[in-house]
Amino acid sequence: MTALTLKNVNKSFGDVHVLKDINIDIEDGEFVVFVGPSGCGKSTLLRVIAGLEDASSGEVRIGDDLVNTTPPSKRGIAMVFQSYALYPHLNVRKNMTLALKQEKQPKTVIDERVAEASRMLDLEGYLDRYPSELSGGQRQRVAIGRAIVRHPKLFLFDEPLSNLDAALRMNTRIEIANLHAQLSASMIYVTHDQTEAMTLADKIVVLRDGRVEQVGSPMELYNNPANQFVAGFLGSPAMNFLPADQVGESGDHIVGIRPEDLVVEGDGPLQAQVRHVEELGGDTNIVADLSGTSVTIRQFGQFAVRPGETVSLAAPESRRYRFDGAGQRIG
Amino acid sequence: MNKARSNPLNAAAMHAALILYTLIALFPVFVILINSFKTRKAIFREPLALPNADSFSLIGYETVLKQGDFFLYFQNSFIVTVASLFFILLFGAMAAFALSEYRFKGNTLMGLYLALGIMIPIRIGTVAILEMMVATGLVNTLWALILVYTAQGLPLAVFILSEFMRGVSDDLKNAGRIDGLSEYAIFFKLALPLVRPAMATVAVFNMIPIWNDLWFPLILAPAEEVKTLTLGSQVFIGQFVTNWNAVLSALSMAIIPVLILYVIFSRQLIRGITSGAVK
Ligand SMILES: Nc1ncnc2c1ncn2[C@@H]1O[C@H](COP(=O)(O)OP(=O)(O)OP(=O)(O)O)[C@@H](O)[C@H]1O
Ligand SMILES: [Mg+2]
Repeated sequence: MTALTLKNVNKSFGDVHVLKDINIDIEDGEFVVFVGPSGCGKSTLLRVIAGLEDASSGEVRIGDDLVNTTPPSKRGIAMVFQSYALYPHLNVRKNMTLALKQEKQPKTVIDERVAEASRMLDLEGYLDRYPSELSGGQRQRVAIGRAIVRHPKLFLFDEPLSNLDAALRMNTRIEIANLHAQLSASMIYVTHDQTEAMTLADKIVVLRDGRVEQVGSPMELYNNPANQFVAGFLGSPAMNFLPADQVGESGDHIVGIRPEDLVVEGDGPLQAQVRHVEELGGDTNIVADLSGTSVTIRQFGQFAVRPGETVSLAAPESRRYRFDGAGQRIG
Repeated sequence: MNKARSNPLNAAAMHAALILYTLIALFPVFVILINSFKTRKAIFREPLALPNADSFSLIGYETVLKQGDFFLYFQNSFIVTVASLFFILLFGAMAAFALSEYRFKGNTLMGLYLALGIMIPIRIGTVAILEMMVATGLVNTLWALILVYTAQGLPLAVFILSEFMRGVSDDLKNAGRIDGLSEYAIFFKLALPLVRPAMATVAVFNMIPIWNDLWFPLILAPAEEVKTLTLGSQVFIGQFVTNWNAVLSALSMAIIPVLILYVIFSRQLIRGITSGAVK
């Protein structure tokens, strides 16, 4: 069964056309990540799904119901905001129970759900605190708890981790992945961090300028990008793009090679001058100059090379991606 | 804590300036208070001296209290001030919420129109207001005053509050919508508590001019049973003789309710500031 169907959804603010003909299907229990650069319309799309904005045209279906005119609270969704958006004058328990009280749920159900959520999220000791008395990570968990207690059919997350520091972000990411496994609910997760997208998603939707560029599993998109934008967006460090003649091909197309597919070999056909070396311990990233174009080379392990040296590179034929002038994949 | 605040020299200078200002501001009140407890002669002989065994007298308070209707005047002023503040805050906050939250045609124009009242003194319309009050039969009722003061206070209230309403996070309101709160609940339960400091500011700004106003009570409600305190006190100020004991005593007593209201609002102000941390 499908959890969410978007059909030709458009959204304009006055003259600004923000979402353009969005078509997406999300299956029950799927974890779907929307990625894209800042300003591409991810939050707007999420708000249209939530019912906080009306779609200018098109259909939004949650489960089997057309919900274009259903108010947010009746759509069976719950949302976690980037800014947490906790009610500052209510304590943690009341933050979590407000929606249930609004739905007139019996007290036993409310207590049970709060107990369940606070156990899952380790919030049992904090139920009587106010949001201003919590750390950033705790606030984030309360925001997630507020979503969990509602038992929604569909969770919506809008960049929930972007206000957390790197270590906490990784922990919370794992927590969200566990949560998804436990709750088996459908989740939509917005981010512009491609690591989050790759690690969490069953399915990634890449957006650019209000259009869907490609939909697929993380590895599908990584191994088989439909165009230059998707190829450059996923993967870190980003894919190298070189004019065909610089890598010994004829034609005026562009060749994409991932940093890990550029191999340093004594008798490699390409000569590059090393400009900068990043030693990460486990990996070494080399930024080098290949006939005027800057390329990144990723070597596994530690690798002794100095700026100014020349390295010979090889790029296996099978690991090359080719794009035409408009950025579409041609091979 | 920031550096400037923890530096003892800065702190001392700041406190000295604040104390000086407090003294200057409180001096007239102090003079009124001490003189209200003195005999008429003592007031004129040594206006700045504290009352002593010789000069102490309660004659002023006795006159005022014997003047019979003083408590009624008190009550009238209190009702008018509190009711006006209530309506100013309620309607002001509602208008501000609508202007800042909803996108509708003529939103900006409406905001400008409402703010226009800040620049046009309401007293210009006194004649028209009086005619309206006569036509509606509201002359010599407290409602006449409450309506006029509400109208007088609304423009500034809308102006200040809409600025603060715009500051209430969209995400917070949207979280409320997803949690099933109605627009009214979002206004009363989320927006209002967050702009409480601004509401207290508006209340304090409006309270003093309303409490002290002489103009509209004199014109719209001069009848005995609806006289306000300021108007009622005028009986002691004659064309030829002024009963200074009574005037000073009346003024001293008039300070008390304003003081109480002020303490209530300023506590709200402080609580709002300390609990308002959203993030
Ligand atoms: N209320 C609005 N009125 C007009 N334009 C808007 C409005 N809300 C969003 N936009 C525009 O829509 C576009 C997409 O905004 P959106 O917030 O969806 O971006 P985003 O992909 O979430 O970006 P980010 O990653 O920075 O959060 C932006 O160009 C923005 O200026
Ligand atoms: Mg966004």
